[in-house]
Amino acid sequence: MNRNKITLSLAILLCAAFPALAEIDLSGSWTSKNHEDNLERGAGPNPDDWAGLPFNEAGRSKALSFSQSTISMPERICWFQTQWHIAAGPFSLKIWSESDPLTGKINAWVLGGWETRAPMTIWMDGRPHPSKNAPHDQTGFTTGSWNGDVLTAYTTHIKTGYMRRNGAPSSDQATITTTFMRHGDMLTLALVMEDPVYLTEPYILTRSYMSTPTPVAVAGPPCIVGYEGVEEGRVPHYLPGKNPFIDEMDKIYHIPREASLGGAETMYPDFRDKIKDKFTIPAKCTRNCGAPGVGN
Amino acid sequence: MRYSNKFLANEFLGLTIAIALPILALPLGAQPPGGGRGGPPPVPKAAAPIDLTGYWVSIVTEDWRYRMVTPAPGDYQSVPMTAAAVKIADAWDPAKDEAAGEQCKSYGAPAILRVPEHLHITWQDDQTLRMDIDAGKQTRVFHFASGKAGMGGGGAQVSEDGGPSWQGDSVAQWEIQRAGPRPVNGSLKVTTSHLKAGYLRKNGVPYSDNTSLTEYYDLVKERNGDQLMVVTIVVTDPTYLREPFIISSHFKKLDGDAGWKPSECSSRW
Repeated sequence: MNRNKITLSLAILLCAAFPALAEIDLSGSWTSKNHEDNLERGAGPNPDDWAGLPFNEAGRSKALSFSQSTISMPERICWFQTQWHIAAGPFSLKIWSESDPLTGKINAWVLGGWETRAPMTIWMDGRPHPSKNAPHDQTGFTTGSWNGDVLTAYTTHIKTGYMRRNGAPSSDQATITTTFMRHGDMLTLALVMEDPVYLTEPYILTRSYMSTPTPVAVAGPPCIVGYEGVEEGRVPHYLPGKNPFIDEMDKIYHIPREASLGGAETMYPDFRDKIKDKFTIPAKCTRNCGAPGVGN
Repeated sequence: MRYSNKFLANEFLGLTIAIALPILALPLGAQPPGGGRGGPPPVPKAAAPIDLTGYWVSIVTEDWRYRMVTPAPGDYQSVPMTAAAVKIADAWDPAKDEAAGEQCKSYGAPAILRVPEHLHITWQDDQTLRMDIDAGKQTRVFHFASGKAGMGGGGAQVSEDGGPSWQGDSVAQWEIQRAGPRPVNGSLKVTTSHLKAGYLRKNGVPYSDNTSLTEYYDLVKERNGDQLMVVTIVVTDPTYLREPFIISSHFKKLDGDAGWKPSECSSRW
């Protein structure tokens, strides 16, 4: 081997030791800071609370037909949520990378799953998304790319699911873009759902996590189907106009129906002008009020 | 030993590649200090790896009933309050705040980016980024210069005696992400102190004048072309918080000032 070849080999070896572009290590355990939407992510949102959700009339109608007992149907007790559950659920994250054993190059980043969500594998090797006719599942198919230290993942091929756990639906045409922004020991995720079937605008949630030395488990206890009050063959639902919770938010929080039933305009500051004269501050919090160290 | 000119040229090229390519691939933090050209570092305005300037509108998809309307007294979901904080919040009286001329208590820097609002971000000068906010007519000033940051808040938000203010003193720095020497992305880190005690939420959830605030501003491009600004907010208050209060707010960039509607602070709405 002449000296030129040695020199070039050295260059290639040194290059391989560093990423071609700025990247950042995301691996580790990340504890979820549920300091926003705590009720929604934990115990679950109030029935018929869709304020700030940019869904269309079809989405609203489907949501109004939802009965919380749906998830007690035997075939749905162990049903997985879609990857949107990263934002809608309360759980912490375990993230790791998987590398090619020969080159050391990272082929994929993986977000461990929970008992209600499958792991998310973010393919980094340039593979294309499957055909639009390929099967969909709750896991979906995700690819990723770096822009500096920011990782952006794009998920397609998910099944129908829920974008809010009180029945606000997402379709099998929905896609999710997840952006990972790390600042030292803090990680912020921005999740954007687009759904041509049920949304008029993208639905955006951002969530924050702190690095923790305590390992985050990547699976919960096994889910076992049992009788939860819904006999096999029955599909709990509400017929149009029969949802008993439609004014629940008004009764508890004085939030008028036009706000709690959602729609894109409820996301923007100008909407406050529309409900200002209809709102009075409730005299006192009566439920799910939070308290130091207890469920807040 | 003698070498031909062609051999020496090849040798030089190979060595250049061997040295240059790994340096171009160095991640952030491994770069040699300085700009590499011997000149003074660029001013913060010129060094900006991302452009935060322009008009932005809040997108309120989180904590809706704590932000778009005034929550009930005693509704403190999600906030890691101390017992002392709960005691103060339980005594919340908006009429008392109005009588004291303190209607802006829920518009201070630790809370302001949770208020439904429009932002207007501009460069005040080469070293200073300015954020005007229509809700409550607030102004924040982010100083990049080292040393004394200067009084933040601007305009009506700076207390006359130079003491703590609703918007405090904010020091800014770019966090630049590079591919080799080239900036490819980045974020803005802002730390704020010297704050006047206020409310994290309109219903009296307090923060003290010992509070410090750290924020990270990132840009996210949506697939539909919209530009988002995501702000990660860390509020630390040894008096009224059991742990840092960590939330994130997001804003959509607007083409112009449509919707810009300055309004006075309110204790009740």
